[in-house]
Amino acid sequence: MAEIALRHRFPDGGFSLDVAFSAPAQGVTALFGPSGCGKSTVLAAVAGLLRPQQGRVVLGGATVLDTRAGIDLPPERRRCGVVFQDARLFPHLSVETNLRYGLRRAPRDAQGPGFAEVVDLLGIGHLLDRRPARLSGGERQRVALGRALLSRPHILLMDEPLAALDAARRTEVLPFLARLRDAARLPILYVTHALEEVDALADHLVLLESGRVLAEGPVGALAARTDLPLAARRDAGVLLDCIVSGATEGGLTRLDFPGGALLTTLHPGPAGTRLRVRVRARDVAVAVEEPRGLSTQNILKGIVADIQPAAEGPEVFLRLAVGRSDLLARITRDSVERLSLHPGMAIWALVKAVTFDHRTVAEGAPLHPTAAGGSDALPDS
Amino acid sequence: MSFALSPEEWTAVRLSLDVAARSVLTSLVPAIAIAWLLARGRFPGRMLLDALVHLPLVVPPVVVGWGLLMLFGVRGPIGGPLNDWFGIRLVFTTDGAALATAVMSFPLIVRAVRLGLEGVDPGFEAAARTLGAGPIDRFVTVTLPLMSPGILAGAVTAFAAGLGEFGAVITFASNIPGETQTLPLAIYSATQTPGGEAIAGRLAAISFTLAIALLLLAELVARRMHRLLGRG
Repeated sequence: MAEIALRHRFPDGGFSLDVAFSAPAQGVTALFGPSGCGKSTVLAAVAGLLRPQQGRVVLGGATVLDTRAGIDLPPERRRCGVVFQDARLFPHLSVETNLRYGLRRAPRDAQGPGFAEVVDLLGIGHLLDRRPARLSGGERQRVALGRALLSRPHILLMDEPLAALDAARRTEVLPFLARLRDAARLPILYVTHALEEVDALADHLVLLESGRVLAEGPVGALAARTDLPLAARRDAGVLLDCIVSGATEGGLTRLDFPGGALLTTLHPGPAGTRLRVRVRARDVAVAVEEPRGLSTQNILKGIVADIQPAAEGPEVFLRLAVGRSDLLARITRDSVERLSLHPGMAIWALVKAVTFDHRTVAEGAPLHPTAAGGSDALPDS
Repeated sequence: MSFALSPEEWTAVRLSLDVAARSVLTSLVPAIAIAWLLARGRFPGRMLLDALVHLPLVVPPVVVGWGLLMLFGVRGPIGGPLNDWFGIRLVFTTDGAALATAVMSFPLIVRAVRLGLEGVDPGFEAAARTLGAGPIDRFVTVTLPLMSPGILAGAVTAFAAGLGEFGAVITFASNIPGETQTLPLAIYSATQTPGGEAIAGRLAAISFTLAIALLLLAELVARRMHRLLGRG
């Protein structure tokens, strides 16, 4: 468990930060917001690399900052494993020496995975003798993850670890991040402005805007809200926690979610693989009678739970209760009137099987074999 | 004209190398400390310190030698106690020549070391901090290796310049063959001696060759270090 409360006003420009939130003892807490919202500043203040004017930070039961009590531990005594956007591997040291840098300086009684275990987890065994200059961007970031984890920290802080990589490299590193999340019994603070990383990795979400916390809570709960800036995005929609339950003869994958099932063209893995799927509100259509003769694969029976205006004038969000899950549909006001949609009404939600394009990774998702074998690029599925 | 050096000329060459080496060795650590203060320090009087360090570049070398004579002479405020309590005499000795050379080349080393230090991305030091490295630890394991090309460049330049230091050495340590008569002093003496043109020519050629060789060596080592540090 990590508790964080910070206040800071920058001298020029007048940007001020005033945030308070807590991160669960395990899993990824994503700090999400547009650039300039202060999310990296929060991370720097937690690590001790920036001193806020007021604040209190408690990591793993230890108070590392309390401006009122005059406590301000230097970064070297805070035990935060930081993964920087630019990796920051020491260029004069080999990969192995880089990995052992934090391990050597960790307290003797500190608990954590061993060297071999971490090397294996991140698939970097074949890189140990190399210098950082001879690594690809993705390899560098994997080594940086290992170095941070091996310092036996109370918390892992990741500052947009994928932002400096191109799409192929991101796809390469993402599964390793998911593995690390599942293997590390630590809170992870993950700063990003990429929603697909939130979808793929985060359990808990802290939404930031201009230095303030707009909302925090489980990722799925926040994604389903229509009153947050998230809802104004093109990819606004609910997140469904799914399990692969099988494949159809036509080559589609069947995903079970609480209260229903979806067919998709994604191939996330064998039966039992868990993944989170974003069902974008703009990809969901509704029908008031059971449709026939449609190409759409997913026709889910549900009930209109409520109707909320969208940020843009002529559109609304329909919240649809499908089994135990909620779906959001973004449709025009005109359609609402034409079909006399109202809460409590029975409807059919239509979702095309080809609309799921987010590559999401959740616990139990297998790694692509070539990634573990050390090759660089993973094909996009 | 013969190219073979006489024993006296060899002595001058050896002495020059000796004096230059000692001057670099003594000034390296203080130069790193001063460069650190100038690059990273935030204290009143930083500009004054900067000016003071650069003084030997702009003051006539004879004046530097004279100043050293005042300070380190056997009756000077530093030279007096050194002589009375420890029996260390700097005036007219090889050590004195090394001191004069060190003072003259000090700004060269400081400038190069400071450039090297300013080239170190503070992000690496921040990373080392988050990994548990305290101030001395991260200086030794991260900052120092990353600034080493600057240190090396400074040392080689100061060594090359030290081989040729004239004004301060002759003023402070005098021109004693085998003791303080380095290459440039020997060349000067030769030009003042009837029939010494051949000696002066040979010694000048040696000076020239040493300088070129050192500059090439510095360039080669710098390239190799940059490669080791992954900068191309």
